[in-house]
Amino acid sequence: MSTPVSMRRLYALCRKETWQILRDPSSNIIAFLLPVVMLFIFGYGINLDSTALRLGLVLEDTSPEARRFADNLYGSPYLRVTAGQNRREMEQAMIEGKVRGFVVVPVDFAEQLRRPGGTAPLLVVADGSEPNTANFVQNYVFGAWNGWLKQRAAERGETPPPAISVEPRFWFNPSAESRNYLIPGSITIIMTVIGALLTSLVIAREWERGTMEALLASPVTRAELLLSKLLPYYALGILSLFMCVGVAVVLLRVPFRGSLLVLWVVGSLFLGSGLGLGLLLSTVLRNQFNAAQAALNAAFLPALMLSGFIYEIRSMPEVIQAFTYLIPARYFVTAMQTIFQAGSVWPVLLRSGLFLLAAALFFVGLTALKTRRRLE
Amino acid sequence: MSEALVHLDAVRKVFPRSKQPALEGLSAVLFRGRITGLIGPDGAGKTTLMRLMAGLLAPTSGRIQVDGLDPISDPAKLREFIGYMPQKFGLYEDLSVMENLELHADLRGVLGEERITTFKRLLEFTDLSRFTTRFAGKLSGGMKQKLGLACALLGHPRLLLLDEPGVGVDPISRRELWKMVHELVAQGLAVVWSTAYLEEAELCQEVLLMNDGKLIFSGQPQELTSRVHDRSWQIRGVTGSRRQLLARALRRPEVMDGVIQGHNVRLVLRPGSAPLNLGELDAGPRAGLVPVTPRFEDAFIEALGGGPGGDSALAQKLAPVPGNHDTVVEAVDLTKKFGNFAATDHVNFAVKRGEIFGLLGPNGAGKSTTFRMLCGLLTPTSGTARVMGFDLKTSASQARQQLGYMAQKFSQYSNLTVRQNLKFFSGAYGLRGERQRQAVEGMVEIFKLHPYLDTTPDTLSLGFKQRLALACAVMHEPSIVFLDEPTSGVDPVTRREFWTHINGVVEKGVTVVVTTHFMDEAEYCDRIALVFRGKIIAAGTPDQLQDQVATKEHPDPSMEDAFISLVEAETQESSS
Repeated sequence: MSTPVSMRRLYALCRKETWQILRDPSSNIIAFLLPVVMLFIFGYGINLDSTALRLGLVLEDTSPEARRFADNLYGSPYLRVTAGQNRREMEQAMIEGKVRGFVVVPVDFAEQLRRPGGTAPLLVVADGSEPNTANFVQNYVFGAWNGWLKQRAAERGETPPPAISVEPRFWFNPSAESRNYLIPGSITIIMTVIGALLTSLVIAREWERGTMEALLASPVTRAELLLSKLLPYYALGILSLFMCVGVAVVLLRVPFRGSLLVLWVVGSLFLGSGLGLGLLLSTVLRNQFNAAQAALNAAFLPALMLSGFIYEIRSMPEVIQAFTYLIPARYFVTAMQTIFQAGSVWPVLLRSGLFLLAAALFFVGLTALKTRRRLE
Repeated sequence: MSEALVHLDAVRKVFPRSKQPALEGLSAVLFRGRITGLIGPDGAGKTTLMRLMAGLLAPTSGRIQVDGLDPISDPAKLREFIGYMPQKFGLYEDLSVMENLELHADLRGVLGEERITTFKRLLEFTDLSRFTTRFAGKLSGGMKQKLGLACALLGHPRLLLLDEPGVGVDPISRRELWKMVHELVAQGLAVVWSTAYLEEAELCQEVLLMNDGKLIFSGQPQELTSRVHDRSWQIRGVTGSRRQLLARALRRPEVMDGVIQGHNVRLVLRPGSAPLNLGELDAGPRAGLVPVTPRFEDAFIEALGGGPGGDSALAQKLAPVPGNHDTVVEAVDLTKKFGNFAATDHVNFAVKRGEIFGLLGPNGAGKSTTFRMLCGLLTPTSGTARVMGFDLKTSASQARQQLGYMAQKFSQYSNLTVRQNLKFFSGAYGLRGERQRQAVEGMVEIFKLHPYLDTTPDTLSLGFKQRLALACAVMHEPSIVFLDEPTSGVDPVTRREFWTHINGVVEKGVTVVVTTHFMDEAEYCDRIALVFRGKIIAAGTPDQLQDQVATKEHPDPSMEDAFISLVEAETQESSS
């Protein structure tokens, strides 16, 4: 069936859609209020930098050396140390979640040290149920241990034997602040919500309210119908995207190194896939509640879990890793983090852009295919 | 003027996943300059036929031609000259009257000078000029209907399809719409008006009478009505129970159909039958037989094969319920509030054993809320509901054992077969083993469910769904039956059958509490309570309520007349 587009009809439909958007408080909340709230939650609420870990300490040895080491732990800005009487007490504290791990300085700590060539054994127990935190415990204790070693050597007038000194320098995010990569990632989530959730409702709404029947009985063509749903929500999405970037840069002080033009192109492609998915669900399910549920499961959850925004893709099982290649949000997260933190790195952006284009074409094409000019 | 516009030729429509065709072998011709009424009960296939003509559905087989065009192969041209108003009017409720009109004008290419004059004409015609900036969602039902009509009229349609335009609209607006549509057909339009109200048939120049997907009659309504000419009678001056008289009359072979009308019993005789012998019917010494004007409904019942007769197979199966005329259902100051809104407001009544007690009122009056409290499904905000002496607040489960409940909405499982539903519900009421098997078999026989046992309820017609629901409610032979709008939306024959069952079981001593919004059904009840805005505004026997409003000019008011006057009196009282 040929589907010509009459500009007059398309304009009339878009205008109608715009009126509905402007008058519907829920679309305004989803497009403009929700993003700001989410940005602040992600900007301040979620912080993957671990500061002040709660750590238990059992000093079985009370020698000056042991105390000196303990001072080093107490002095670390990353640790909040609680002293305990014995191992059992600390184990209990860890089970109850009062501490994230604990250090035991054994009775023979000083004695072992004093032996020629002896190393002092130190027990570090970390709560492995949260591997991320457990790593922090290990690293921070290790850091304090190193500091103590250096101190000790200096006091004895020895030069410490380090062969290599490691001086970490973080590229693209020098202060290694998680916010700087969480915010661009969270914009992906917001765009997913706007793209899929908002549009999942609009066609289903016309079916539920019986207005679709009236539209289908008029000379409207399939292409006009589809475009009239895509264009206004595309405009809404892009507006929201630039508002999010503005809030991120101005209020949350996230550096932005890329170009706005690239942001617009990549953002448009991602919105295309999101809007397409939403419209597809709405068209197929014809029921607002079901469509919104499906959109949440098909777009929002994968974007949150599998886009690499919070959970590192490389630490996922291989099957899941392979699956993440199918998720448009994955490419948009990469693209957004690149645009924000590294600028216009073309190989990355092109690759992501191409995948997003393919996803957008796929979903919009499928919607076009599923859009019927009849009721069946 | 009577030039054919639509040709329907052996049109058949079967929806996927449904065994029964929605339309079967339908052939008809629709003319310009006429109102063609698409008449039939819910589920008859009226909307399907409308959608087929509008090109919104494709027929499974058969041919449709609208002004020489096939709606499926040439949809674009067809849409240029079809005006279609779907059920619920198809308006955007968050757009204003003018914005709705502008949208449809743009879609149909009504522009420039033409647009200005058309808008002016339509707004005047529909009397909406004062409301152009009001949102469509804020309009009354009647105004929405007019706006829907105005939108459908944009772009000079030659065929105007109106799907149930009278639903949810007050009687005055409905009358106005009829006037408007008559003006339109005078200009040469072909109008199709679908409705479940049989009274509206007489306003059409041409009717297609449909039932269960089949065309029963096509032609002028008078032609159908004339078939029952000279066969409609009223028995006036009845002494004694009219309900029992009706049952006796319906048992006679010469009586095709009968209903209670106020103080009288209306009967339609079979063709060629001898005049009725009143003496044999035991109608009382002062009873007389008077010929009356036949109604479209009489003819419709005959076209469907006549009424169901006077005997209830259900009642024959029941054992008589022992006991005297004690009060078995009681509401004392029963009140249910949802927030500030009192859905049921200090309601008092008592029902005695073996009575039919009716709660009558328009939709939303609070009938169902009262009902649910009596069945222990809702907890009253204050007041007491008692069934067989059990307070439903404290001993709901004992009370529930005694009663059968048929909900307004179909509440059988649509993914179980009819047989499985019957088994499940009999089991839920505690029937086991041989007793359960007998109960299920009995219900299948009484309600003629044999052909449908292995299908799921959603493929059944509404009438059979209601039969199944009633079967599930009475299988365990309860001594009290609550029926919430059992006849809503079902065809007139099934409606009569239901009342035959109700009358039958009551004769056996079962107590029936029933809600209905059909005023004429009140005549079947022993006592009724009129419910309006959560309150009982009047209660008594149908005769008492009718006598209450009878005047010299209007000595024999119908139940509807009585209801309207009582509501008017009530609203005047509360406003003064």
